[in-house]
Amino acid sequence: MATSARFVSSLRRTALSSRAPSRCQCLRPAYQVRWNGNTPTPTSATSEPHQPDAEGGVKGKAAPRKSIKYTSENYPQLQRDSKFTKISEKHVKFFQELLGSESAVIDGVTKDASEDIEAFNSDWMRKFRGHTKLVLKPSSTEEVSKILKYCNDNMLAVVPQGGNTGLVGGSVPVFDEIVINLQKMNQIHSFDEVSGIMVADAGVILEIADNYLAERNHIFPLDLGAKGSCQIGGNVATNAGGLRLLRYGSFHGNVLGIEAVLPDGTIMDDLSTLRKNNTGYDLKQLFIGGEGTIGIVTKISIICPRRSPAVNVAYFGLESYEHVQKAFREAKGQLSEILSAFELMDSRTQKLVNRVTGKKMPLEGEHPFYCLIETSGSNPDHDGEKLEKFLEHVMETEVVQDGILAQDQTQIQELWSWREGITECLGHDGGVYKYDLSIPIHELYDLVNETRDRLTEAGLVGTDKSHPVVDVVGYGHMGDGNLHLNIPVRRFDKTVEKALEPWVYEWVQKRNGSISAEHGLGVTKKPYVGYSKSDTMIRLMKQIKDLYDPNGIMNPYKYI
Amino acid sequence: MSSLRILVPVKRVIDYAVKPRVNRAQTAVETANVKHSMNPFDELSIEESVRIREQKNHHKSAPKVEEIVAFSAGPPKSQDILRTAMAMGADRGLHVVVEEKDALEPLGVAKLLKKVVDENKSNLVILGKQSIDDDAGQTGQMLAGLLNWPQATQASKITFNDHTVEVIREVDGGVETLKAKLPMIITTDLRLNEPRYASLPNIMKAKKKKLDKKTLSDYGLDTELRLKTVKVTEPPARKGGVKVEDVDGMISKLKELGAL
Ligand SMILES: Cc1cc2nc3c(=O)[nH]c(=O)nc-3n(C[C@H](O)[C@H](O)[C@H](O)COP(=O)(O)OP(=O)(O)OC[C@H]3O[C@@H](n4cnc5c(N)ncnc54)[C@H](O)[C@@H]3O)c2cc1C
Repeated sequence: MATSARFVSSLRRTALSSRAPSRCQCLRPAYQVRWNGNTPTPTSATSEPHQPDAEGGVKGKAAPRKSIKYTSENYPQLQRDSKFTKISEKHVKFFQELLGSESAVIDGVTKDASEDIEAFNSDWMRKFRGHTKLVLKPSSTEEVSKILKYCNDNMLAVVPQGGNTGLVGGSVPVFDEIVINLQKMNQIHSFDEVSGIMVADAGVILEIADNYLAERNHIFPLDLGAKGSCQIGGNVATNAGGLRLLRYGSFHGNVLGIEAVLPDGTIMDDLSTLRKNNTGYDLKQLFIGGEGTIGIVTKISIICPRRSPAVNVAYFGLESYEHVQKAFREAKGQLSEILSAFELMDSRTQKLVNRVTGKKMPLEGEHPFYCLIETSGSNPDHDGEKLEKFLEHVMETEVVQDGILAQDQTQIQELWSWREGITECLGHDGGVYKYDLSIPIHELYDLVNETRDRLTEAGLVGTDKSHPVVDVVGYGHMGDGNLHLNIPVRRFDKTVEKALEPWVYEWVQKRNGSISAEHGLGVTKKPYVGYSKSDTMIRLMKQIKDLYDPNGIMNPYKYI
Repeated sequence: MSSLRILVPVKRVIDYAVKPRVNRAQTAVETANVKHSMNPFDELSIEESVRIREQKNHHKSAPKVEEIVAFSAGPPKSQDILRTAMAMGADRGLHVVVEEKDALEPLGVAKLLKKVVDENKSNLVILGKQSIDDDAGQTGQMLAGLLNWPQATQASKITFNDHTVEVIREVDGGVETLKAKLPMIITTDLRLNEPRYASLPNIMKAKKKKLDKKTLSDYGLDTELRLKTVKVTEPPARKGGVKVEDVDGMISKLKELGAL
């Protein structure tokens, strides 16, 4: 095949790019979605990420880190705990001797290292910024152990840090906590082609792990937009959900073993590569989604599925949310093991993408709801047959009003862009209040309607500048019962915030939903955990925290 | 203008979003278990012929399209792309089964197409300007030669007037406008149109459309190969960058590379 053939292809891609930013483009940091609007007021709203430029817009490069307001100023209720020792020259000296290599310690205590340190003090969204003066980059579990033991003995608070892409402010210090960054622990130790089990350091970047597996016809059971930066240890620590959860399940099932270091320096070697191991409490589960509050994950063993050679994508228009649920039930019934995504988008999000990108809507006519279905399987012919039968069925029984089936890879990417382009387009008019919620599926969309009604009644929604709210929209991982409730606004406004919070949380609480489906607690959601966990649950969680971290040095001011 | 009988040849190729790999023996590109789709230029041809038909809905004076036939010479799986073509709007399909190992050269395809044109009384053939697998870019031109018809290659716009067809083609530094009478050959270029998606109702309808299966011998033809592929190689791999720990690391690396 001549190179020019691909050249032509790339030409065509350019020709198409106006109507289709490919799926990958949306996801890669190079095309990062940026926070649009000024974000001085911290609300607890989050969901899919935004990264602002210097003007708080979306057009330029990411804002300089030094312009970010300190978390301690944004959250005046947080006070530095005086039980923690202030870092001194003596401590720095200890760490320098321990870690040896100069690049392993960024010392802002005895000299000015603010340039080097800023990247570790502030997060990807440019929403959180700490005051640390010391960053440590250990290269081995033993070093992590010695660091933590020393910190514990000397009452020095720490923040474990991976790729620093977390969305709730968990990965950066609030005050002067020492950052322990895992980037130097980046070895893949083993991969068993028969069982699909991989053992690797916590600091391996997700994309590198996935590429490694791709060469071996396997796939990492997690995929998300930050894959080029986030680390698998950070993913485990946040129990990240992402795009493949419907198919491959959560880390609570896929992670087979964890090696972690406890605050007192104990190395917890639970790096099992066994699928089955009923020999007592499954302690590693505490570290999955533990957000660095009870120990530092140093290695993981994880079971990885085979990569699917056959992928299909269909896009539907549906009459009502009832029909969406029917379609989901049919998809599970008829596509069962090959169903790999079932995404929901309301018509407002699709019209928004249409308006902002100028791309032609994939379907003729208007439909209140749209769904994107993806199948992944091992045999294109079998999958094709199943999919065809399913599609015929949902068309004939009028579960879906209209639909299309991607005929090639380009169309697959284009159709995904109607789901994944939403986040970016939402920022078009200004800012966005975003909630990432788990809600029982049958009521999932009710929240969007009720929120819209509520804000409309309050006179906050409108088409002209006098109204702060542009719209209230919903989309999400329907297959996982995960709704992204989004309220695009022209400006951030206290009355909007008051109308939303705590009302949204109370609504979710009444349905026993979760106020943070994928992104965790960190700083942002800590005050609201009571809406999803009972007093008893919170008490039990606190007991765990106190048991593992009696001095409270691990990631303080967050989580619980 | 006489009514149109359009023939659209389409080819099954490795999906253009897939990175092709050369086989170990360096004789060809690996095709087993690789996603295949319709050659992107051929999608444009199908789309354009369907649009020509749809013009009649808006303009009485537009030419009437009597029939759009999608044709493919290739392995049994080429049926999939013929179904796609029919889901996009072709009326029927014609599949000449040619196994992958006996793949035709452009001249072979052109000779076959000449017979198909005669058989189907086509008066307009719309082809892609090239297929992205072998990049030969010859078939349309050879067919025009064999039929002795006028040709307009690399079309970026096609308009039908009373007695002529006007084709705009992009050339270096500008555009060129050609006019010809039917019957004629047109080859398509990137900017001609944006192919539509195959809708579910149309995919279902396409399954009921006629798809004839034939062999080369039905046309009294044979695979006569004139070319021999000597070797296929990948372009030289781009060297990846390296990460250095700190400034000292960078300086020593630069020295190592002889840049300092
Ligand atoms: C563009 C983008 C898209 C995203 N999409 C999704 C998505 O679809 N689904 C989803 O669930 N999330 C998503 N996220 C958020 C997701 O939680 C993080 O991106 C990722 O899982 C965090 O990994 P990290 O290495 O960057 O961890 P960091 O951000 O560095 O840390 C996150 C938390 O884990 C702790 N931590 C990190 N490493 C360790 C360790 N080795 N041991 C103990 N604690 C540790 C930190 O202290 C912190 O509390 C997205 C983020 C971005 C920026």
